Amino acid sequence: MLLTVKDIHKTYHTADGPFEVLRGVDLTLHAGETLALTGESGSGKSTLLHLIGGLDAPDQGQIQLIGQDIAQLDDNGRAALRRGTVGVVFQQFNLIPSLRVADNIAFQARLAGQHDPAWDATLGDRMGLTAQLNKYPEQLSGGQQQRVAIARTLAAKPQLVLADEPTGNLDEATAAAVLDLMLELVTETDAGLLMVTHSADLAGRMSRRLHLRAGQVA
Amino acid sequence: MTRATLQALLSHWWRNPLQLFTLLAGLALATALWSGVQAINAEARASYDAAAATLGEGQYDRLVRRDGQPIAQSTYVQLRRAGWLVSPVVQGRLDGVRIVGVEPLTAPGGIGPVAPAEGGDITAFLSGEGQLFATAETAGQLPDLNIIVTPEAAPGTAVTDIGVAQRLLDRTDQIDSLIIVPGQPKGRADIEAIAPELVVIRAQGTSDIGRLTDSFHLNLTAFGLLAFAVGIFIVNGAIGLAFEQRRPVVRTLRALGVPLRRLVVLMAAELMLFAVVAGIIGVGLGYVIAALLLPDVAATLRGLYGADVSGTLQLRPAWWVSGLVIALGGTAIAASAALYQIAKMPLLASAQPRALAMAAGKRAVVQGILAAGLLGLAGVMMFTANGLVGGFTLLASLLIGAALALPIILDRVLAVASRTAQSVTGQWFWADTRQQLPGLSLALMALLLAMSANVGVSTMVSSFRLTFTDFLEQRLASELYVRTENTEQSEALIAFAQGRTEIVLPIQNADVAIAGQPTEVYGARDHATYRDNWVFLQQGSQPWDTTFAGQTVLINEQLSRRAGLNVGDEITLQGRPFVVAGVYGDYGNPIGQAVIGEGVFGMLYPDVTPRNYGLRMDPAAVAGFVANLEAETGIPAVQSVNQANIKAISLAIFERTFTVTTALNILTLAVAGFAILMSLLTLASMRVPQLAPAWAMGMTRAQIGKLELVRAVLLALLTAVVALPLGVALAWALLAVVNVAAFGWKLPMYLFPIDYARLGLFAVLAAALAALWPARRLARTPPADLLKVFSNER
Repeated sequence: MLLTVKDIHKTYHTADGPFEVLRGVDLTLHAGETLALTGESGSGKSTLLHLIGGLDAPDQGQIQLIGQDIAQLDDNGRAALRRGTVGVVFQQFNLIPSLRVADNIAFQARLAGQHDPAWDATLGDRMGLTAQLNKYPEQLSGGQQQRVAIARTLAAKPQLVLADEPTGNLDEATAAAVLDLMLELVTETDAGLLMVTHSADLAGRMSRRLHLRAGQVA
Repeated sequence: MTRATLQALLSHWWRNPLQLFTLLAGLALATALWSGVQAINAEARASYDAAAATLGEGQYDRLVRRDGQPIAQSTYVQLRRAGWLVSPVVQGRLDGVRIVGVEPLTAPGGIGPVAPAEGGDITAFLSGEGQLFATAETAGQLPDLNIIVTPEAAPGTAVTDIGVAQRLLDRTDQIDSLIIVPGQPKGRADIEAIAPELVVIRAQGTSDIGRLTDSFHLNLTAFGLLAFAVGIFIVNGAIGLAFEQRRPVVRTLRALGVPLRRLVVLMAAELMLFAVVAGIIGVGLGYVIAALLLPDVAATLRGLYGADVSGTLQLRPAWWVSGLVIALGGTAIAASAALYQIAKMPLLASAQPRALAMAAGKRAVVQGILAAGLLGLAGVMMFTANGLVGGFTLLASLLIGAALALPIILDRVLAVASRTAQSVTGQWFWADTRQQLPGLSLALMALLLAMSANVGVSTMVSSFRLTFTDFLEQRLASELYVRTENTEQSEALIAFAQGRTEIVLPIQNADVAIAGQPTEVYGARDHATYRDNWVFLQQGSQPWDTTFAGQTVLINEQLSRRAGLNVGDEITLQGRPFVVAGVYGDYGNPIGQAVIGEGVFGMLYPDVTPRNYGLRMDPAAVAGFVANLEAETGIPAVQSVNQANIKAISLAIFERTFTVTTALNILTLAVAGFAILMSLLTLASMRVPQLAPAWAMGMTRAQIGKLELVRAVLLALLTAVVALPLGVALAWALLAVVNVAAFGWKLPMYLFPIDYARLGLFAVLAAALAALWPARRLARTPPADLLKVFSNER
């Protein structure tokens, strides 16, 4: 089992008082499996993704990733997890604007100490970015930037890819092309994929689908 | 990981060179002002130390003649025979160089060239062959003499054997003072019995010059520190804005797995690297500033205190190391808040456009409490502060408190304006200005400090100038001053002046100590010149009548404050009691002064004969009088100085005194203007998402650019309004507290509304100029960039 999530709870404290986003969520994911996480806005999809990615810590529950409970990790431990085991694709791309495309692609792999220039070149080629490698992110279109973000995540060969509405900012055709590539590469690297999406079409192309409603699995 | 992270961090500066320039320039300018001032101080102090080492100033007790005349060589011989271990010193000027003659065999260790430099020959030094020791600069002024160059010599001074000095100065058998060597034998004869005309001057522990000039250097240091504080506000602003811009990158780096601690350490290391680079540039700039200002400082110190200061700057570790330390320390102070925010920022905190404003809102409460506390402290200290520490605490709490209060005051003003705005554009303008305030607040604080310092210092200087000019009119009442070389000349002058002048006023004085304070006692002739012109700060009944009658004494403000003497108190001169009848202002004099009647002065100090005279006459007759005096008595015209010349010389010395502070004032204001420019430029790149909606809703880019300009001018104007009362309060603190503690006199304060209006205009113009470039950039933002805001591609 690649990922096991058990009875996860998370509450945010807002100006209007405490707001319980996740109320006992359970899920599992195998290596090579793809899972779509759907639900209405505010249902807790992104929060769950952040918790699994070690970007935040749950208030209660267990998140076992390759046999390790990441809820017990400290800040350094979670940072190591994000570097080497998990790769996150953000909706807003989150590229480093001052680095060229090639450097952005190589960045996370270099952080993880797994930099493989040949693999970077393959990813650049497969993502159709070869002509853009020396450009800066601001010189690219939204679709191109998202492909750079995906290439950056996959360059580090993570065991689990987490994607938070990765095609949310893209038109339908571009979104489909980007997703095709991501699924292809995830399958090739035998990684697990957990993707948050609003799109029923995209969710339909995953091996499984999990719907969240008011912080619980529906 | 470290390498990749560093590459990502440093690439930001590579892609944003203007921001890097802001950061480096802000820090370099701050360091430059600080290290420039320190360089001047270090050079001056090194000169005093060298002079003190040459003459043993402040280290040993000395014997001098009570009347200030030279000691005869025979008196020295008598003292040595009576068992006194004394060593003679003679000094004078030759071709602008101070020649100091010492006797190495009797001088205590540490005086003169005790360790002759390479090429020195102690035998030649002693054998009267004319060997002198001096710096290379001084040696160049005495080309015909046998000079051994040594860097340890005091600037402008050549040291030689006393015999050689007496020959060079044409002062055979004359000695200026006798150094009393420590460890005198017991049972030696009393000095009164051997040489009653001599008086012992006790060692002060520090050199006289060093002590006298401490206040001057303290003022320079205070100004350097103020300039550095302005610089720190700039650096703080630059770092804050740079970190704000990099907030999304920091979030991304952390999301990609860079541990927080390592990120903070790397960002701190990155800043320290910049601090070292900026520090080196700043020290270099400081050297240039100091080299440009040093000749003026040297002239001022020579004119005011008679202190010889080298006109050439040396790279002394004391100031360049302090420059680098202050650059690193300043960066650490400025960066600590930004790094703390990074360390505390939740990983998922988004890079909100109003993040700065929201963070500022949370900080405002703490800042407000701090500002109120400091201003409250300043209010209390205004009534209670005395001494330099109290004075500077008052200044610091006033300035920092006001600077912290400024954003809160501006925010309130803008909130009121926003509520009263009628048009929709006006409403948006005020609200947008308010939102921009946190990003600009540090630059505006720097402007506030610079402007208030400018108002404060210029008020002090101008008040001093007015008072000093009046004072010169009062004190230099005689139309002509004549110096005589001997009794024969004095008698000839007095005889010649009979019938040609209204009166001859002898100027005679003796050095004494009153209540432990070194003081000059003058014997004044009864004449209306004194009654009509001298202004008292405190006075009893008929002070001149009782003083000329020999019953009372008049003292200067310095002596009154330092010795705690007031009208009605009693002092003793040569065992005779005098009641203080008045306290007069005596600006520019570093030591105490007392005036008694001419008659009683003659009784108490019979050995003192006047060598200077003030002559009252028709101003039109002065030139003819001087020519005839030379023709008939042989007293050279060079010994006569007319009143106008003395006033011109005194004013020239005075003007040079403040050349340095004026230059630093202008530099500080320029640095503050630079801060506004850099802040606006940095903010401009972050402004596009805030301005794009206004553009989309129908405002033209030109309109937006104009409003940006208006905004900068408005904020500068509001800052100027706050700076004015702050500057006046600063001037009051400088005049009423710091000046009294530093110099011993209190000056009346005058206000100069036209000067303030001009300064306000300059500040607004500087802000407008600073805003012009960023506003033009915003006005020319390509529509594609504005559209990106809406296409989520930024």
